[in-house]
Amino acid sequence: MNYADLGLRVGIEIHQQLDTRHKLFCRCPTELRETEDASFEFFRYLRLKRSELGTEDRAAREEVMRSRKFIYKFYDTTCLVEADEEPPTEINREALLIGIQIAKMLNMELVDELHVMRKIVIDGSNTTGFQRTALLAFDGYLEVDGRKIGVATLCIEEEAAKKVEERGGEVVYSLDRLGIPLVEIGTGPDIDSPELAKKVAKKLGMILRSTGKVKRGLGTIRQDVNISIEHGARVEIKGVQDVDILDRIVEYEVIRQVNLLKIRDELRRRNAKVCEEIFDVKEVFANTRSKILKRAKALMAVKLEGFSGLVGMEIQPGRRLGTEFADIAKTFGLGGIFHTDELPAYGISQEEVEELRRAVSAKDGDAVIIASGDERRVRNALLRITERAKFCLVGVPEETRRANEDGTTSYLRPLPGAARMYPETDVPPVRIDEEMRSVDVPELIEDRAKRYVEQFGLAEDLAMIMADPRYSEIFEEFAESVGASIAARVLHIIPSQLRKDGYNVDGLGIEDFRLTLSLIRDGKIAKEGAEEVLKILTEEKLGEEEILSRLSPSQDLDDFIARLIEEKRDLIAERREHAFKPLMGLVMKEFRGKVDGKIIAEKLRNAIKKELEKS
Amino acid sequence: MKAKRAKIKAKGRIFEGIVLPSEKGKIVLKLSSGYNVGFYDYEIIEEEEIEVSFVEPGYPAKRDSLPEVKVISTGGTIASRVDYSTGAVTSQFSAEEIVSDIPELAEICRIDAELLYNILSENMKPEYWIRLARRVYEAIKDGYDGVIVTHGTDTMHYSASALAFMLRTPVPVVFVGAQRSSDRPSSDAAINMICSAHTSLSDLGEVAVVMHASTSDDFCYIHRGVKVRKNHTSRRDAFQSINYPPLGRVWPDGKIEWTGERIRRGVREPELFDRLEEKVALVKFYPGLSPDILDFFYEKGFRGFVLEGTGLGHVSTDWVETVRRIAEDSLVVMTSQCLWGRVCDRVYDTGRYLLKAGVIEGEDMLPEVALIKTMWLLGNFELEEAKNLVKENLVGEINYRTDFN
Ligand SMILES: [Zn+2]
Repeated sequence: MNYADLGLRVGIEIHQQLDTRHKLFCRCPTELRETEDASFEFFRYLRLKRSELGTEDRAAREEVMRSRKFIYKFYDTTCLVEADEEPPTEINREALLIGIQIAKMLNMELVDELHVMRKIVIDGSNTTGFQRTALLAFDGYLEVDGRKIGVATLCIEEEAAKKVEERGGEVVYSLDRLGIPLVEIGTGPDIDSPELAKKVAKKLGMILRSTGKVKRGLGTIRQDVNISIEHGARVEIKGVQDVDILDRIVEYEVIRQVNLLKIRDELRRRNAKVCEEIFDVKEVFANTRSKILKRAKALMAVKLEGFSGLVGMEIQPGRRLGTEFADIAKTFGLGGIFHTDELPAYGISQEEVEELRRAVSAKDGDAVIIASGDERRVRNALLRITERAKFCLVGVPEETRRANEDGTTSYLRPLPGAARMYPETDVPPVRIDEEMRSVDVPELIEDRAKRYVEQFGLAEDLAMIMADPRYSEIFEEFAESVGASIAARVLHIIPSQLRKDGYNVDGLGIEDFRLTLSLIRDGKIAKEGAEEVLKILTEEKLGEEEILSRLSPSQDLDDFIARLIEEKRDLIAERREHAFKPLMGLVMKEFRGKVDGKIIAEKLRNAIKKELEKS
Repeated sequence: MKAKRAKIKAKGRIFEGIVLPSEKGKIVLKLSSGYNVGFYDYEIIEEEEIEVSFVEPGYPAKRDSLPEVKVISTGGTIASRVDYSTGAVTSQFSAEEIVSDIPELAEICRIDAELLYNILSENMKPEYWIRLARRVYEAIKDGYDGVIVTHGTDTMHYSASALAFMLRTPVPVVFVGAQRSSDRPSSDAAINMICSAHTSLSDLGEVAVVMHASTSDDFCYIHRGVKVRKNHTSRRDAFQSINYPPLGRVWPDGKIEWTGERIRRGVREPELFDRLEEKVALVKFYPGLSPDILDFFYEKGFRGFVLEGTGLGHVSTDWVETVRRIAEDSLVVMTSQCLWGRVCDRVYDTGRYLLKAGVIEGEDMLPEVALIKTMWLLGNFELEEAKNLVKENLVGEINYRTDFN
């Protein structure tokens, strides 16, 4: 595909959790919990006055229409602030300082005074009904492949509660995640190819990790991608967790928009139109063999004139226009839809399809969509689907979509209008003073890695890993004394292998690595013994003495050698210094990996020498 | 509404936005992204006045067949509106505005609204209670089926007590507030208000407080106005009935479950006793506090004293002489800082000395309720009669037997 001709414009918004001691607006730890550990749950509703929505804000209007009950799980690591039962504390300084560091690394300008805002979000993910967010910096850039990509804004905000479960009209959220500090970084729409999008996201991730103060692991960083092509529309794709599929996401969205434009042209050619009426078709399926339709309380249909064949048309790999309609139905709590382009199937017979067509007076070129469930939901969902179908004649709707694992996307909600924000009066503004501005900027991981390659001759990819703040300090502490490649082995290669073998490597901390490396440095174990030590440490946190005693055999090395000399006196007498080689083999058999071979050799040589002198 | 737009230069770039009020020396702009930012070092390039228009809310029509409720506001925000273009929050108070904020109300009753005060509840004072009592009395006389008083939560239980003593009401007089302001989507205002509307039409004939029963948006308690207290600084369920169970539970769908003995609708004729003696002091005793505090008030002309004593109702024995002196021509009522339980000054010597000195036990009354009752007694009765009435249950403020609730 020629992205330049299509007028592709991509902007990336990264959300990264910060690894602070406390949450952004309370003193709770930033710790995730298992939902079984919840000590208590409560429920709430959120409401927004219609008068406040303005006329344009479709996103908010839909949320109100869906009006659900939100259930919140509370833990002994959450407090009344997360429960919206106590005013927030002042904004967490530690988080602000990390934000300033990142802003400086992205060449941004800082505001003089930070104002915390309430951004209205009434999907229940914030108990308050708003997300607290503050603009900290603006107008920066990062360089990728020699190109400057603009960084428009950096905000500090609170993480939302995690959705645990959704059943019918209820949504269950877990409060452990709510309030963890986030930085939100938005690039300008300067990216013009899928590959560049991925590179920019990777570079941003590297910069964030260079601070050593961001959370790591699944779900701690999410990218939203804004994509548009000429004649298409701006589409926001939310929650890309795996940066490696970012290029595919961009590519697939371009394909989707191109296909939607093709559908538009074909519909216009056919003079297609969407019938407003919602038909009750419960009668048609009175004796159906489809289990889903049989137990439905309500069964309704809409007619899309001239849409036949297009509802079933693939617009992204494995996804049809009909899938887009089904996504909408799902947001109203329905299982999905059926459409005539895919019927008869799913237990629905040819006769039923024909009768359905008769019931809504559909002609050959028309498509019919049916939805089932409780009446209010079905009606609302079909209303929304007709609205969407009508837009097929206009083009690509602006909307927010969710990233799927395969790189395709599903409809989530209309694109929100201008953010509905007002000041968080419970949190005082913060002057960003000289002291805060002068916070140190850490060395970039890639710069440090370059240094490691030059200084220690490490391979580039290994150097990148050792340069990560998780390892860099301890790596540099031991790189000289035990050797860079041994340090890298202990810190990364052996643990990766152990992980594959099923050891709980996540339990290994910096102190465990320091212990292992110092045993090697002090010659108390051989470098080959590191694996054994790490294995022990994944299971038990033992001190140096205990580890050594575990490693040493029943008798120590000196005893063993003395006994061996005694036993092999004849051999020594016969072969003199040449007895060393076979004897060394015997000692090594016993002590390999536990004592440095050099030390064994030295001791053995001395013992043989003494024996020879004696005789 | 007028607003000012400005274009400024700061940090080497141009910003445009609505200028928000701020201290001298800095500018705070609301940018088109919605964010506010503050700059100390800036240069104004352009400024203009603009008109910001609110989106007019739709007002649900009143239904003639529904009962009528009078809503009197004393301040706090039951209804409010946020203007996202400027970030301003304004509190609203016409009946239409309340109903457009909480459309469910239009299904329950016809509302007439009146803004009596617009004050913070900590600025309440006895003269305001008197005017409020008169307005509620008039509303009852006008034939409303129920009256709702919206009130800041901090001193709501004082106001509810004041009305309970000043007013004999045949219909529900419901006090309601919100612990989360109504500009927040999570506000408790709507549910409290809906439950209050149901309560105001119910089979009740006394002053009540209706607020969230738990942290969930589940149901509200109907508390007796003279048996309730704000017991938490911030939680939605801050109001608790003390020494008497809540009168009932009310759900947003209109279901009511009565749980305490109540005065029912129509039992009492409307009557107004709108005098209060303002010179009554509520004194909380703590170890080491000198009785001079009583003299201080006495010399200022105070003749009503409510002591918030320790435990069963004690102050230091050092106080006995002072108490005896002032009790000669004053009303001295003992309550307990334990809040839960009954005052009994016959168990320990100190208590017995205090009784002899002229202290009257406040039974199981809350200190705040005893304060209001003393104001009301001194405002309406001679001292001797007032003394006799302290231990008399007049409006549900005293229960002679204590349950395990
Ligand atoms: Zn907390």
